[in-house]
Amino acid sequence: MIEFKNIRKSFGEKVVLNDVSAVLQAGKCNLIIGTSGSGKTVLMKCLVGLFEPDQGEIIYDGVNFSEMDEEKRKELRQQIGMLFQGSALFDSLTVEKNIMFPLNMFTKWTYNEKRKRVNEVLERVNLKDANKKFPAEISGGMKKRVGIARAIVLNPKYLFCDEPNSGLDPQTSMVVDKLIQEITVEYKITTVVNTHDMNSVMETGDNIIYMYQGLKEWEGSNQDIIFSKNEKLNSFIFASNFLQDAKDMRMLEAKGKIDNNRNMDELLK
Amino acid sequence: MTIFTDLGRYLLMLKGMFSKPENMRVYWKEFMHQCAEIGIGSLGIVVIISFFMGAVSAVQTAYQLVSPIIPKASIAQIVRDTVILEFAPTLVCIVLAGVVGSKIASELGNMRVSEQIDALEIMGINTKAYLIMPRIVAALLMIPLLVVLSAGLGIWGGRIAGLGSGILSSYDFDKGLMQNFVPFNVWFALIKSYTFAFIISSIPAYYGYHVKGGALEIGRSSTKAVVISCIMILFSDYILAQLLLNSPAG
Repeated sequence: MIEFKNIRKSFGEKVVLNDVSAVLQAGKCNLIIGTSGSGKTVLMKCLVGLFEPDQGEIIYDGVNFSEMDEEKRKELRQQIGMLFQGSALFDSLTVEKNIMFPLNMFTKWTYNEKRKRVNEVLERVNLKDANKKFPAEISGGMKKRVGIARAIVLNPKYLFCDEPNSGLDPQTSMVVDKLIQEITVEYKITTVVNTHDMNSVMETGDNIIYMYQGLKEWEGSNQDIIFSKNEKLNSFIFASNFLQDAKDMRMLEAKGKIDNNRNMDELLK
Repeated sequence: MTIFTDLGRYLLMLKGMFSKPENMRVYWKEFMHQCAEIGIGSLGIVVIISFFMGAVSAVQTAYQLVSPIIPKASIAQIVRDTVILEFAPTLVCIVLAGVVGSKIASELGNMRVSEQIDALEIMGINTKAYLIMPRIVAALLMIPLLVVLSAGLGIWGGRIAGLGSGILSSYDFDKGLMQNFVPFNVWFALIKSYTFAFIISSIPAYYGYHVKGGALEIGRSSTKAVVISCIMILFSDYILAQLLLNSPAG
């Protein structure tokens, strides 16, 4: 479980995060959503220590991250895996070497043991024959999966994913979402995902935090979102007519009024 | 103000490099890789410019020494001292500032922009120690070796040019080469090359490591790194000459 309290972060005069607090639950997919510039990436970077918040506390399973010295943070970070927006794979290393890198750095395993573990995680992300390829030789979706494989190779307790669906087609997005969801349950990790993708929100959002102009505007699950009366959230989530229709349909479904043989427009009147 | 901010951040970067390596073997591999990149990677250009700078200095010295009372052996003496004192350390290091410096700045800049440095930080790796320290230590090892090689090749280039163009005989050249040799000049060249090696590696590392933005900013920081490195090389060249050649030892 990760808890953050009263996080504030500004860059010069511009306040990007203003008094943001929430609890990110263990073994669940915690989603941070919001428009571009709402502060969700800055919040995630504060949580992993890439940015230092101006005020506030970040607590990892009862341990105050904000008060840790650099050495203690380094120890904790070995329990954190992160998937970056652009995957952040090392260009000069093959897929296998990319995934093996944390093992080389933090374990004393033999080469065969490391290779076995690399093959295990590659199989887990459905990438069996990509070991010898370089990042430039694989597709965007494959890069994301290699990024996930590298993030989970040391069996982390916490997994952070910064816009895992950006630049991917809807089908590949769903594969990546499903993978993140499965890994969260399988490894019982606390997963935090920054996303814009509405499909991710509806499919994987066990706990959703909606950010608006540096503030936490709303919090709930993907079930609660349908019935939310929050105007800002509704205008963000259901921005298109298609999604608005889908919402109306889900609401009617939930109220038990829908009948597939009846006309949808008639029901919505 | 910016200059003091940059200086402060540069010093903090250097301070941040000193920490216990997470895994010595991985750091050693990175160090060896950087030695190959800096040393072997720059060998070709160093060989070419060293040979020609020696050859040109022999021909130009002969052109300026028109008096019949000056012995021909003096040409070799001048070539030797010019190459050892100035051409090999300074000229070669200015070229290396372009070759090695821009490579370091753009490599680190690209890693910063594509979040590879952030990925290393998240893994719990001290990125200053892992990415910058091996580059600086490799430069401190390889650049003085390149300068020594360059001095040898420069003198050899002068000899070939002198003999080839009939300016002086091999006997005159060898005689001049051994006349009034001051061993301190070699030490002076080595002190300069260590100083320049540090400049060539640390300044581009600073500009690359702190890049913000995209491809355009990587290019700008790379150019800035090379320009600042060249200015610092020339400035420290003057300071070292003042300190060491004006002293009683010189």
